[in-house]
Amino acid sequence: MNKPVNQKAWLLVLPVIVCVAFSAILPLMTVVNYSVQDIISPTRHVFVGTDWFAQVLREEELHGALLRQLGFSLAVLAVEIPLGIALALAMPAAGWKSSAVLVVVALSLLIPWNVVGTIWQIYGRVDIGLLGHTLAKMGFDYTYTGKPLDAWLTVLVMDIWHWTPLVALLCFAGLRSIPDAYYQAARIDGASQFAVFRYIQLPKLRGVLMIAVLLRFMDSFMIYTEPFVLTGGGPGNSTTFLSQYLTQKAVGQFDVGPAAAFSLIYFLIILLLCFVLYNWMQRVGTGDKGAGHE
Amino acid sequence: MNERRLRKRTLFLVVYLVFAVLPIYWMLTMSFKTNEDILSAFSLWPRHFTWDNYHTILTDPSWYSGYINSLIYVAMNTVISISVALPAAYAFSRYSFLGDKHVFFWLLTNRMTPPAVFLLPFFQLYTTLGLMDTHIAVALAHLVFNVPLAVWILEGFMSGIPREIDETAYIDGYSFPRFFVRIFLPLIKSGVGVAAFFCFMFSWVELLLARTLTSVNAKPIVAVMTRTVSASGMDWAVLAAAGMLTIVPGAIVIWFVRHYIAKGFAMGRV
Repeated sequence: MNKPVNQKAWLLVLPVIVCVAFSAILPLMTVVNYSVQDIISPTRHVFVGTDWFAQVLREEELHGALLRQLGFSLAVLAVEIPLGIALALAMPAAGWKSSAVLVVVALSLLIPWNVVGTIWQIYGRVDIGLLGHTLAKMGFDYTYTGKPLDAWLTVLVMDIWHWTPLVALLCFAGLRSIPDAYYQAARIDGASQFAVFRYIQLPKLRGVLMIAVLLRFMDSFMIYTEPFVLTGGGPGNSTTFLSQYLTQKAVGQFDVGPAAAFSLIYFLIILLLCFVLYNWMQRVGTGDKGAGHE
Repeated sequence: MNERRLRKRTLFLVVYLVFAVLPIYWMLTMSFKTNEDILSAFSLWPRHFTWDNYHTILTDPSWYSGYINSLIYVAMNTVISISVALPAAYAFSRYSFLGDKHVFFWLLTNRMTPPAVFLLPFFQLYTTLGLMDTHIAVALAHLVFNVPLAVWILEGFMSGIPREIDETAYIDGYSFPRFFVRIFLPLIKSGVGVAAFFCFMFSWVELLLARTLTSVNAKPIVAVMTRTVSASGMDWAVLAAAGMLTIVPGAIVIWFVRHYIAKGFAMGRV
């Protein structure tokens, strides 16, 4: 689909750029500024070039946190995207049931993140929490404060509980905007349920899925509040993800220089991975179109 | 759809809904318990039912003004986000222009900045502008992550609408604004509903920026809540009650936009 060239379209985009740039560019420049200086006192700054970057990149702890983070984000995507699509397909399309399900599904999104962590902290406790208590009754030796794997899984399940609705709502809205004509055509062709999904619903969901994947990826990559409240990064450092490591640096040790350098590296990693994901998903999408089902 | 498939689907849905509701149920029961009750023993429902936690929140201005402050800046943010995002998303979905793909992706990169270090420059910027502790400051700061999101979502929905519809409308003699409001907007209702809900939601639950940019007059509920953590321990029960109350406005919002989300193109007039 070739869009007509129209440079005047810039005028429509301009307000957005102004709004975003206002709060985005100045802070970013300030952080870049911090990252190349050693701020000894408010009046004494020494230019250190890329020293902070080199120092940060050599840190062992960072490598560990980065690997844990990648594993976590991939697990989040692998579970939440298929589950979200399935949920959207299973949700009733009309009537009061549809409204009720929609509201219930959205509830977990509306809880402030620190409350999510706190509730799960109680919810997962073996002595007084529903989840922990049930698991213990069923004979599991479960404790999220003691065992690294349990802690990791609890954070993952909490994230699935918290964020799958985002994927589901996006897909649900996407499904609702597919014109009836497509389904009628499929019915005439006698297409199977799977064929309808594969060749009509999935391609039409491409746009919203792209948003869902990128959003979930970048947000899970920056996850902070929930694991911080739930496990405090422990036991050991099994649930210390990048953002928590960064905050320890920035707030705990008052190292503005290295912390700024770390933020920029962090930002570039997310940027790079999102860029790769984005381009990959666009290629996959157009590949579908090439197969002639659009 | 055959019977068995439908039943499987319903079963899956019910299982998920139970999974979704249980932690919220736990928060609900906690909000009706006393702290002792919560911490002493496992019980499925409150044994000493109490309204005290809600009473604490609803009678103390420093608590409930948090809800009002949050609602004010969230509403401002949602309105600004959607109104600037609509024309931009239309431009991205319908025209190609110099640097369009780069700008489109750049928008999203603004969501990717890890907040911890960026808080300090934000604080400095808004102090310099004299906007500290105002609702508009938080609303503007939240545009950084909500506008890109709204543009992306709306663009996705707009691209699903065939361009022939635009052309037919022009041939029929519609002007651009009239076409946009009367024909185009109803077609992407579901997208607008979802985008508005997400803007509301992300702005509503955001803690770090909102806390950094406010102190008294515009202090949001998420920041007020952190006071339940004190030297004498956690006030679990009040926190749970405050948590339940934070769900309410969002649930009302989604109740109102549900028709926009559920009735998309399929029930539109084309």
